[in-house]
Amino acid sequence: MTTELIDPPARTGSAEAPRPLDTPVVLDVKDLRTHFLMPGGTVRAVDGVSYTLHRGRTLGIVGESGCGKSVTAQSVLGIVPRPGRNVGGTVTLTRRDGTNLELTSLDPRGKVIRSVRGNEIAYIFQEPMSALSPIHTIGHQITEVIRLHTGAKRDEARFRAETVMRQVGLPRPDAVLDRYPHQLSGGMRQRAVIGIALACNPGILIADEPTTALDVTTEAVILDLVRSLQKEGGMAIQFITHNLGVIAEIADEVVVMYMGRQVERAPVSQLFHAPQHPYTQALLRSMPRLGHRAHERLEAIQGMVPDPYDVPPGCAFHTRCRHYVPGTCDSPEYLEVSPRHWVRCSRAGEVA
Amino acid sequence: MYWRFRRHRLAVVCTFIVVFFYIVALFSETISPLDPNKVSNLYKYAPPQAIEFLDKDGNFSFRPYVLGFKSSRNPETLRITYVPDPTKRFPVRFFVPGEKYMFWGLWPSDIHVIGLGPDAPANTPFHLLGTDRLGRDMLSRIVYGARISLSIGLIGVTLSLVFGILLGGVSGYYGGWIDAVIQRIIEFIRSLPTIPVWMALAAAMPPKWPPDYVYLGITIILSLLGWTGLARVVRGRFLALREEDFVLAARLSNCSEPRIIFRHMVPSFASHIIASITLAVPGMILSETSLSFLGLGLRPPVISWGVLLQEAQNIQTVALFPWLLIPGAAVILIVLAFSFVGDGLRDAADPYGR
Amino acid sequence: MAMNAPATGGPNPPGSSEDDLLVARDLKKWFPIRKGFWSRVVGHVKAVDGVSFNVRRGETLGLVGESGCGKTTTSRLVLRAYDPTGGTIHFKDRKLGWIDIPTARRSELRDIRRNVQMIFQDPYGSLNPRMTLREIIGEPLLVNGIASGSALQDRVAELLRLVGLHPEYMSRYPHAFSGGQRQRVGIARALALEPQLVVCDEPVSALDVSIQAQTLNLLEDLQGRLGLTYIFVAHDLSVVQHVSTRVAVMYVGRIVELAPTADLFFAPRHPYTEALLSAVPTPDPDHRGTRIFLAGEVPDASNPPTGCHFHPRCRYAVEACRTTVPPLVELAPGHQVACHRATELSLAGVVPGS
Repeated sequence: MTTELIDPPARTGSAEAPRPLDTPVVLDVKDLRTHFLMPGGTVRAVDGVSYTLHRGRTLGIVGESGCGKSVTAQSVLGIVPRPGRNVGGTVTLTRRDGTNLELTSLDPRGKVIRSVRGNEIAYIFQEPMSALSPIHTIGHQITEVIRLHTGAKRDEARFRAETVMRQVGLPRPDAVLDRYPHQLSGGMRQRAVIGIALACNPGILIADEPTTALDVTTEAVILDLVRSLQKEGGMAIQFITHNLGVIAEIADEVVVMYMGRQVERAPVSQLFHAPQHPYTQALLRSMPRLGHRAHERLEAIQGMVPDPYDVPPGCAFHTRCRHYVPGTCDSPEYLEVSPRHWVRCSRAGEVA
Repeated sequence: MYWRFRRHRLAVVCTFIVVFFYIVALFSETISPLDPNKVSNLYKYAPPQAIEFLDKDGNFSFRPYVLGFKSSRNPETLRITYVPDPTKRFPVRFFVPGEKYMFWGLWPSDIHVIGLGPDAPANTPFHLLGTDRLGRDMLSRIVYGARISLSIGLIGVTLSLVFGILLGGVSGYYGGWIDAVIQRIIEFIRSLPTIPVWMALAAAMPPKWPPDYVYLGITIILSLLGWTGLARVVRGRFLALREEDFVLAARLSNCSEPRIIFRHMVPSFASHIIASITLAVPGMILSETSLSFLGLGLRPPVISWGVLLQEAQNIQTVALFPWLLIPGAAVILIVLAFSFVGDGLRDAADPYGR
Repeated sequence: MAMNAPATGGPNPPGSSEDDLLVARDLKKWFPIRKGFWSRVVGHVKAVDGVSFNVRRGETLGLVGESGCGKTTTSRLVLRAYDPTGGTIHFKDRKLGWIDIPTARRSELRDIRRNVQMIFQDPYGSLNPRMTLREIIGEPLLVNGIASGSALQDRVAELLRLVGLHPEYMSRYPHAFSGGQRQRVGIARALALEPQLVVCDEPVSALDVSIQAQTLNLLEDLQGRLGLTYIFVAHDLSVVQHVSTRVAVMYVGRIVELAPTADLFFAPRHPYTEALLSAVPTPDPDHRGTRIFLAGEVPDASNPPTGCHFHPRCRYAVEACRTTVPPLVELAPGHQVACHRATELSLAGVVPGS
């Protein structure tokens, strides 16, 4: 079924270097807090997260499972599942017409936020199959989105859909549009999902682990696609992943999260070459790297990720940190240690 | 699992209802106030008597009482009508000696949970849920009917369970052509329209069989058709568990097949089976009721809820003697209660509910 | 053979040397595709289609490839979780000598299973949620009659200490532990029988980044202390490079390249290996290297392309690649490649890091 849709043979290409964050801010997130009130206590899934998205630039959010990176995205979109609740902070969107709109104060089921979701802020998730309805063709799903948000007629929407499918690199878009999701392979499905997300020319794309379920060769192709689409359309992208390699590949700026808080935020080169937070440093040291000597002992982070109901007081990382000094690490502040480089560590600058 | 079930309020309430009904079925002789087969010529189609605490002047009596009847004949329909007679007050007593009976046919006794006691004059009416066309006490008949109807549900499900686990387990564990054959049989049985098959099988039972044979026959008929659902559940669980890593790990550790099945697989789906059984019991009870209602199942003098309803199946009943339909309410109550308990158990057993 | 004594094992299998522990030759596993009412076989998924490799004592053989390449199926064949469609897997058992795993008798298999164990990918599904750590880790010892009672208790405590867990945790259930701790329990269970060969099926891919390193270090420590041999199945090339002595790259049921780790990563000879290596994202934003973007997807194993399975996606494909299957040949000592153009191409590998 898929062989007839195979596109031309392999090609090579290389990504451009990280770009400076010199473009206008399109989304400004300040001190965002989302808590889950569970029977066993309160889980502070997102606890004071701040960042900005810039036009045509990519922000990477990285962290381990349960660090709150996905809930951050859900909070921005107002789709936090119950019993989660936004308990503070602001999310300011600069709309296409230049006006500002504060998102957290909107009714999460109201008309305004619905005109923003999928239209001005598009999103894609890890598992493409869950974003697609199995009983409708790809074409039906994408034209529906287009018609909902732009009021286009059926023919116009279909034409726009074909254009988008061509943009995401699906060969013979007219054929793909008449397929059902299960008839496409994983990579093609993720392309189709990206196509649906891009159908309305969003200014912002939030991608939550979009390549985690894919094989590494497909991942490379999808990352390349996302980059070239950004170049064409000037989207701001918030890219969430646990994979530091992918972050290094695609991000211009990076936020590192641990137990619901951001522990470090820096331009990507700075973060990888001069990480300031012990957690970031340990994470980078602990991962096996291609090209390094085999069988070299890895510098593992000791201990386990703490229980979210029982976050260690003070610096949440202190139980696993080898630079922990009792008394010093009780209330680390989030400080800008160099231009555009923030760290939440009482010993920032002293540790490496 | 227990605390997850506890959170399901309705299911907990319904558990008490189910337990209450089975206690009634277990102690029918003691709980029923009168002999369910005792015919009374004085009070035919008598309406339910209310238990009262206040008399018409508003005086409170700590001991509840019932009022006797004044009977009169309606001159137009020639029917006897009963009106409570406030002048005749009979106090209600608890755990009093009354009619003699053999508890479970084994131990003689005469204690009843509720009754008028030996002080009341003979032929005093005490029919809290009225009487039927022969003047038999409906409450006692419903209590005895519970014994038959509820036990058919349990025994039928137990038999289905044996069939279901055996065939479903074989089907799911071994797979291959055995699985294919068993699945085809299940599909065949499930595609049969149930009522005609029941009719045919019930008709095949010799009419001269004594009531206890008929009881057993009906139970077997019900479970012959009812095992397929359970077999599917068991097969599905086996198929899913066969692929689980911990089962493969057990195999790689040289565990024997019986050990894998009984130590690793069965405990993993026992809770699902319990939930499925709970959901299957009301189906059995309903089947018995409908069979007997159609006159194909149990027949008088056996008392089951279906038999009681069969006697109530005419428009006259609905219009004039609505208390004869109370067994129907009992059926609805127990079926709903079982369904909610089953739902609660199923939700509690669902691993995705965590 | 007339006696009931265990077989002494066959002669050395062809192509084996003194330090080989396992020799697989022309291994095939075709899963039938069934359709229709009678489940007729309409085709085969050739999950593993003619795979040959040796595993040397004390080494780690990495098995990499993308989803659907057959690496997991190959590892399960070694464990005889499946019976192969064809081919042999000779294992040098401590007691029995060379034994062909697919044709081993039940008694021989019991012995082989004590020597070949497995570590699973999913730390949740691989531990029975209804058993305590003592029961999980102790089961292999109990079932094989190695220890029971307090000796079992002591051995379980020793195994827990070996994998870095407190022995006091013994009577807890798996749900009380995090993914990384559960994976340690799985490792302890695999080591309970003191196996020679451990098949690790994606042992760290379900773990968080910070836990992966701990687990990889533990596996390497244990290999050093206990002289274990690993078959390490994974899709993460950086992990495979880190742990493996030699690496086999699989694509649609076949091995396309097998070489010592450094040779394979720094000087690959197969275009698929080159593409795979180039696709791995490196954690260095200043060296966003040149990528090879493969067109299309991994083909369906039930209907693979003719000739070399990789030819429709290969940059270097010529006519011969479309028509004839390239054999796996040894180009340099220990470096086997299945590519018609292997000698003429100069392919890019990984740039050696600091």
